[in-house]
This record gives sequence, C-alpha cells and structure tokens, in this order.
Amino acid sequence: MSAPSLRMATAEPRWLRWTLTGIGLAFLFFFLALPLLAVFYEALAGGWSAYLQALKEPETLHAVGLTLFIALFVMPFNVMVGVAAAWAIAKFEFRGKSLLITLIDLPFAVSPVVVGLVFLLIFGAQGIFGPWLSAHDVKIVFALPGMVIVTLFITFPFVARELIPLMQAQGREEEEAAISLGATGWNMFWRVTLPNIKWGLLYGVILANARAMGEFGAVSVVSGHIRGETNTLPLHVEILYNEYNAVGAFASASVLALLALVTLVAKTLVEWQMRRETETLDTVLPAEAVRSKE
Amino acid sequence: MVRPIRKLFLALVAATALTAALPAYAESSLLNVSYDVSRDFYKDYNPIFQKHWKTTTGESIELKQSHAGSSKQVRAVADGLEADVVTMNQASDIDFLVEKGLVVKDYAKKFPNNASPYTSTMVFIVRKGNPKALMDWPDLVKPGVQVILPHPKNTGNGRYSYLAAWGYALKQPGANDKAAQEFVGKLLKNAPLFASGGRDATTSFMQRKLGDVLVSFESEAELIAKEFGKGEFDVVYPSLSILTEFPVALVEKVVDKKGTRKQAQAYLDYLWSKEGQENAAQNYLRPRDPELLRKYAAQFPAIRTFTVDEVFGGWPKAFPAHFKDGGTFDQIYQSK
Repeated sequence: MSAPSLRMATAEPRWLRWTLTGIGLAFLFFFLALPLLAVFYEALAGGWSAYLQALKEPETLHAVGLTLFIALFVMPFNVMVGVAAAWAIAKFEFRGKSLLITLIDLPFAVSPVVVGLVFLLIFGAQGIFGPWLSAHDVKIVFALPGMVIVTLFITFPFVARELIPLMQAQGREEEEAAISLGATGWNMFWRVTLPNIKWGLLYGVILANARAMGEFGAVSVVSGHIRGETNTLPLHVEILYNEYNAVGAFASASVLALLALVTLVAKTLVEWQMRRETETLDTVLPAEAVRSKE
Repeated sequence: MVRPIRKLFLALVAATALTAALPAYAESSLLNVSYDVSRDFYKDYNPIFQKHWKTTTGESIELKQSHAGSSKQVRAVADGLEADVVTMNQASDIDFLVEKGLVVKDYAKKFPNNASPYTSTMVFIVRKGNPKALMDWPDLVKPGVQVILPHPKNTGNGRYSYLAAWGYALKQPGANDKAAQEFVGKLLKNAPLFASGGRDATTSFMQRKLGDVLVSFESEAELIAKEFGKGEFDVVYPSLSILTEFPVALVEKVVDKKGTRKQAQAYLDYLWSKEGQENAAQNYLRPRDPELLRKYAAQFPAIRTFTVDEVFGGWPKAFPAHFKDGGTFDQIYQSK
C-alpha cells in the first residue's frame, strides 16, 4: 500500500473544499447576483432612453422621494427608542425585563401584512378610533402618518437588537467611573456611552433604514396607493408591473436595488470601521492607559 | 460630536411639526379609486375633464388616482380611504360599498347604461397562428387543451371568464344549469393552474409559455400587445361571450363630507360625453356611444354578448350562487 497522502488534520480534503466553495458560490450567483442582474437587464430592455424616461415620470420621482422621506423620518425615533431600550436592558435589572425583550422582538415575529391590518383595525374607518378621527378630520391610515407608523413599528427592533449585546459586553464600569468623577447624566451619555456604541448604533440604523425603504406588506395595507401622494417605491414597482408597464416597473426596481446597494456599502464600511476600532483598542489602549496613569 | 447631533434632532422635530401643520388642499380635489389596469384610461381622461371643468366653471380641479386590485381597493374605501368616486371593473365590488353604507343602493340607475361608461368582453388569446384551432368555447373543454385563467373565486377576470363559459353553455339548445356546471367543470379541469390575477395569468401564458389559450378581457389584449409585441399571439372572438361592465359610483359619505358632490358628479357624467367616450375607444374599451362604436368598428369586431343581469339575474345573485363558499365553483373544484 502506498503511504497515505499528507494533509493537515484541520483541513478538509481538497475536493471537498472545492465542492463546498463551488456550491456556495453557485448559490450566491443564482440567488443574489442573477436576480439583481435580471432587474437591471429588464429595466434596460427598452434601451437607456426608455429607462430614463420611465424614471423621469413624476409619479416615480415622487415615489422615490416619499420612500426616502419615510426612511429618514423614522430614523431619529428609531435611534432614541432603540438606545433607550438597549440601555435599560443592558445596564439595569428590573422586573419585566424579559417581557420588554420579547416585546422588542415582536415586530420581527409578526408578518408585516398583519401589522398593517392591526393599524387598520385601530385607525381605519371601521376601527376603534376611526369614527373619532373622521369626525375631527384627522387622517392616519391611507395617508403619510399611517405609513410612518407602520414603518416605525417594523423597523424599531433593529437598533435595540444591535445595541443590547454590545452594551452588555461593555458592562457599566466606564459609566460608573464617569459618574463617580462627577459627570452629569447627559455628560456621561455624550462622552462615554455614545462614543462606545456609535458604530453599533450606526450599523443598527443602516439595517433599519434598509428595511424601511424596502418595506412592502405593512405599508401596502395602509397606503391607499394614491399616485403621487402615498405610493412608495416598492408599491410603485408592483403597480407598474400589474398594469403591464414592465420597463417602468423594473426601472423603479433598479432604483430600489441601487438604494439597497448603497446601504450595503455603508454597512460594510461601518463593519470595517468597527473592527478596526476594536483592534486598535485592544492593542493600543493598554499601553496608552499605562502611560496616562504615569 | 454633541452639537451637530442636537441640531439634527431639533431640525427633525421642526420638520415634523411643519409637515403636520401643512394646510389641506388649496383647490378642490377629487380622489378616484380604481382597479389596476385602468391607469392608462384615467391618465388620458383626467386632463380632458380638467380642461372641460375649467372652461365651463372657470375653476381648476386636482384629480388624484389610486390603482390596485379592485377588491383590495373597495376594502380600503370601506376602511376610510377618502375616495370621491370609485370606478371599478365589477358591480360586486361596488355592492360591497353599498353594504357598508358608502354608496347608494340604486347607484346603477344614477348614470346611464347601468352606470358603466364603457364595456369590454372576454376573448381568447392563443399562440400565434392558433395551432390548436381554438375557435369557440367547446374547443376549450376538449381533452389535451390547456386553459390559463385567473382564479375564478377571487379575481375579477377569473369570475368573468367563469360566467362567460357558464352563460355560453346555458344558451345552448336544451341546456340547463346542470349541463352548464358540467361544461364549466370540464373547462376548469383543463386549467393547469389558477393565476392570482390578470397580470399573473398573462405572465404564465406569455412569458412562461404555459397553456394553449388565455381567457382575458378584450381591452387587456392590447396591453399585452404593448408589452410583448403584437405579432406574438392571436386574438380569437368566441361566438358568444359575456359583456363586462365597468360601473362607476359616487361615494356619498365622502363627497358630502368634503363638499365635492358637484365636481364628482360632473367628473363621472363627463365619461359619457363624446370626448370621454372617444377616450374609452382609444384605450380599447368599447364606448357606449353607438356612433363612436361604428367609427372604431375595425378595432371592435362584432360579437354576440350577454350581460350578467340577463343570464344570472345580476351580481347580487350571481356572486353568492357561484363564488361564495359552497357555491358552484367550490362544488366543481372539490369534485375535481
């Protein structure tokens, strides 16, 4: 018998590695790259001028604007609620904490369409507050407020979910030190807590943002699909497709895809920055800490 | 780091307050809630009406459109979407609003022609050259023929296709409801799938190349041609088909609340004007005006049709008998 071929105990045989990598790459190609290419291919099927023409439609431009507006509008709320919730959960012990965590996860678990329907049941004409709202001429559903509310509901776990493990890992020593050195609450927050969590926070915001721009189900239920008024980009894509305007639909979809790509790049940059910072902290900080103590 | 973030917060709070405080509408405005493929029609009609309104009253008017699947649309109106007018592709959808007290019960009599300013009919779309020689409804129930149609229970097109076949069978000599049900049963057996809507059915037929024939609105054939090219398929007119009506109605509660009754009434009335009717013809919908129908005769081949009222005693009867749970569709489908 020939001698067994030499291989590292920690590595798989070459053929297995290649097959697995191949499967992974093929999967990525078919499920990510190909659909993305198809969107741009279909959008450009009628040539560049038809593509630009489709994008220049005032209704499409409005849909882009509305989508960005909603995403930007919910952002500060997401940041405030997310940071507050994560802080409470990560740094304090209190009764009902696990209930709060469950509640934060709720929007992940509930189907977006159901979320939309729930708000319809609350604010719709046949809903609980419907008659009162209608009598006072306040429009919530089938108008911008309703769309903002459902988007908020759908996106608010992202920041908290991102921050909780981070804040838990960081512990509360630094904050306690700040307080014992005489910092006010706000001072501590702006100078100790926020710098510590800023990359995690940004990462959560980016994820929430991506979700807010792409949200379809919940927004579809409460939008009312009024052209040039309550039609977001994902809704616009569906409606154009259904009325046999394939170029318009795919052109709008390509804008949505581009927004997603921008988000992805931003996310990667943040991740990269986060990693760099932690590495620097690990290597530089001990030395620096020693020096500053001297 | 402190200052800019605080400033940003303040700016956003200010922006929120401003948006909330924005005044309502400067001029009178109407919202027309419609089904999904009517966009081209109203896109052309709205400027026509705006011009007419300006010349007759001197007022300008803002017209807003909402399009989506028709059943979803009426549900939204019932839930508070403030439509001044609804323009649908099936009376059963408006009946739903009657039930909710938003539309008057005799809305069909408030306008001429059953409150339907234009009509269409169900036709066959077949592969180029009609290789299976599908000429009439009996050809569609032959074994080995595959028929594509949207779901008869939940979609407008599907229901019209279903009733068209049923009505054809019922009008044959010596036929009765039982024979009609058998005929439709055979037709449904030839359907490899039920698409979730008109657009999906078209995609299955044209893009995925499923089936030998697609049952669709005559007006939709033109939309299909626009997207897939005219030479890609043939349109076959059966010997007898259903007249599909597209009823319109005022939403009483909304026009009274907004004070837009006059404008909304005029908006719908003008659909029957020469200009409005011509616009229908140009969008491949059969105008009610006989003169215009003659003018566009080349585009609208003569075809014998029956209405839902004539054969089925109206939608309020046809809908529960055929499409509610336990109706004929369920009976056929469960035995299939």
